Amino acid sequence: MGIERIRQLAGRALPVRGDNVDTDRIIPARFLRSVTFEGLEDHLFEDDRRQLEADGQCHPTADPRYAGASILLVNANFGCGSSREHAPQAIRRSGIRAVAGQSFSEIFFGNSVALGMPCVTLDPATIETLMSAVESDPSLHAEIDLDAMTLTLAGTSYPVALPPGSRESFLDGSWDATGLLLDRFEEVDATAARLPYLQWS
Amino acid sequence: MSATLLQKVWDAHTVRRLPNGQTQLFIGLHLIHEVTTPQAFDMLRARGWTVRYPERTIATVDHIVPTQDQRRPFRDLMAEDMLSALERNCRGAGIRLFDLASGAQGIVHVIGPELGLTQPGVTIACGDSHTSTHGAFGAVAFGIGTSQVRDVLASQCIAIDTLKVRRIRVTGALVRGVYAKDVILEIIRRLGVNGGVGYAYEYAGDTVERMTMDERMTICNMSIEGGARVGYVNPDQVTFDYLRGRRFAPQGDTFDTACTWWSSIASDRDASYDDEVSIDASAIRPTVTWGINPGQSVYVDEPLPAPTGGDRAGVGEALEFMGFTAGRRISGTRIDVAFVGSCTNARLSDLREAARIVRGRHVAPHVRALVVPGSQPVRLAAEREGLDRVFIEAGFDWRGAGCSMCLAMNPDKLEGREICASSSNRNFKGRQGSPTGRTLLMSPAMVAAAAVAGEIVDVREMADGD
Repeated sequence: MGIERIRQLAGRALPVRGDNVDTDRIIPARFLRSVTFEGLEDHLFEDDRRQLEADGQCHPTADPRYAGASILLVNANFGCGSSREHAPQAIRRSGIRAVAGQSFSEIFFGNSVALGMPCVTLDPATIETLMSAVESDPSLHAEIDLDAMTLTLAGTSYPVALPPGSRESFLDGSWDATGLLLDRFEEVDATAARLPYLQWS
Repeated sequence: MSATLLQKVWDAHTVRRLPNGQTQLFIGLHLIHEVTTPQAFDMLRARGWTVRYPERTIATVDHIVPTQDQRRPFRDLMAEDMLSALERNCRGAGIRLFDLASGAQGIVHVIGPELGLTQPGVTIACGDSHTSTHGAFGAVAFGIGTSQVRDVLASQCIAIDTLKVRRIRVTGALVRGVYAKDVILEIIRRLGVNGGVGYAYEYAGDTVERMTMDERMTICNMSIEGGARVGYVNPDQVTFDYLRGRRFAPQGDTFDTACTWWSSIASDRDASYDDEVSIDASAIRPTVTWGINPGQSVYVDEPLPAPTGGDRAGVGEALEFMGFTAGRRISGTRIDVAFVGSCTNARLSDLREAARIVRGRHVAPHVRALVVPGSQPVRLAAEREGLDRVFIEAGFDWRGAGCSMCLAMNPDKLEGREICASSSNRNFKGRQGSPTGRTLLMSPAMVAAAAVAGEIVDVREMADGD
């Protein structure tokens, strides 16, 4: 496996509004009934989409104006609830490369790191500015730069935050952690040998 | 130097600090189930890796198992596929699987403790967010995603950022009719559904110290609903008494050695915390969620909030989805389904409390009611006490063990706009299998009372059945 360094992600943006958007909404549990992640993107926000359709409205992920977007804009505590990696998988497989929001649930955040999909945070007022701008003009160009730690929309840059360890793992390509964890495996065995409970049985 | 349990356990399991600043943490116990692992085994095979510590991974089947007809092959072919994949993967890697024929099968967070696998001071990971349950024993336990399941299979480690610790001191006596479930719903309501992000919650105080292991598990289980990936209680005599004699607990003299180590990893008296919060348990009343996240709850005799103030949009969206109006009480809400089950509240003590209410009474004619024990041993123990007869005579379905209607990956689900009084942990939109279905979370006793009354009632006002 080659190492993929992630530094800049660019494209159009897609706003999905609401605090506490849980992973059951991102991908309802019935679509977890599979032994692969393939095709999950077809069911991204499926129940929310159907509810809105029934009311004659359109969920942003089904809105042709946002088709092909690369950066997902969200509000607070996005991805809370179930640990299902199916949620970030569905998002990533739909073409999204990065998520920008006010805050993320920890498990969702970690799962996204493991997929090479950065979740950066911004203050609520900036999120509102970004969402409104994109809703007015979905063609605006957005870019996340993990070197500069900025999100740039239509030429204006805003500071983003990302825990240093995760940022480093994107920049140095260690976000796919298994190789790193297998490195120096004698240290893993040494740690195990020190644990009292592993000597009891 | 004084330290918290989290710091001590973390240090003991730290392999090294990774170049990116994260910790490479050794995982002492890896629990797996059929839903979040098949892809992990595929990734492992694709990269030519093997399972390094197969004896440190334990498997069971819980999410997709039918709770009625459990004969193989399942009528649900997708469920059959998922179970077959788990069986194949476990056989190939030499991983012990507690399947339906084992007599020990059940919800992964119920069987770990039951088998004595869950022990103080162990790091526990599982591809399931309710892994926090195991923290009740003073383990550091957290949910992970499938890629991290792959990492643990391949290396018995994960890369993780350190956590801060918030001590939540719960003090005072719980009044009759108020349970551990009400305490954790109170904590989530007070601290918010994302208040725990970045923290481990250490539950302390005399209320928690008096709790049984079952009750502590209910509290730790829903830590994640408050945003905390890890929740734990310092191990004490209650913990040791629970573990003594269990199948995978240390035996003989080793048990005493274990108790000494377990005591040593508890937080020191003068440990410092990143944050501290106090909760007066005596003021808590039976609690019911009215909205679409577990922080949206009220006491049973309290009016629903109005969509004003900071969370106007969230409250408004929830009221609209639920079809409730601000200012009314949750009591009197007519229910369609009553569900006693889930990793939060499907242990023997939960079933006893529910049975105490329904004994000699009958489920309201318009209500569909089911009890899904957390594990095969829970089911058997309940049957030995005659609880199955109590439930069946009252009109409940008495089912096989599994996750069931908590997340509706098996045939147990809500239909249309049904309202369910549920002892589970999540009231998210669509959680119980119908996109428009509605979930009210509460204690098992409150579910039992609602099943009998046909609507939400205050269990404090209902005498025991006879």
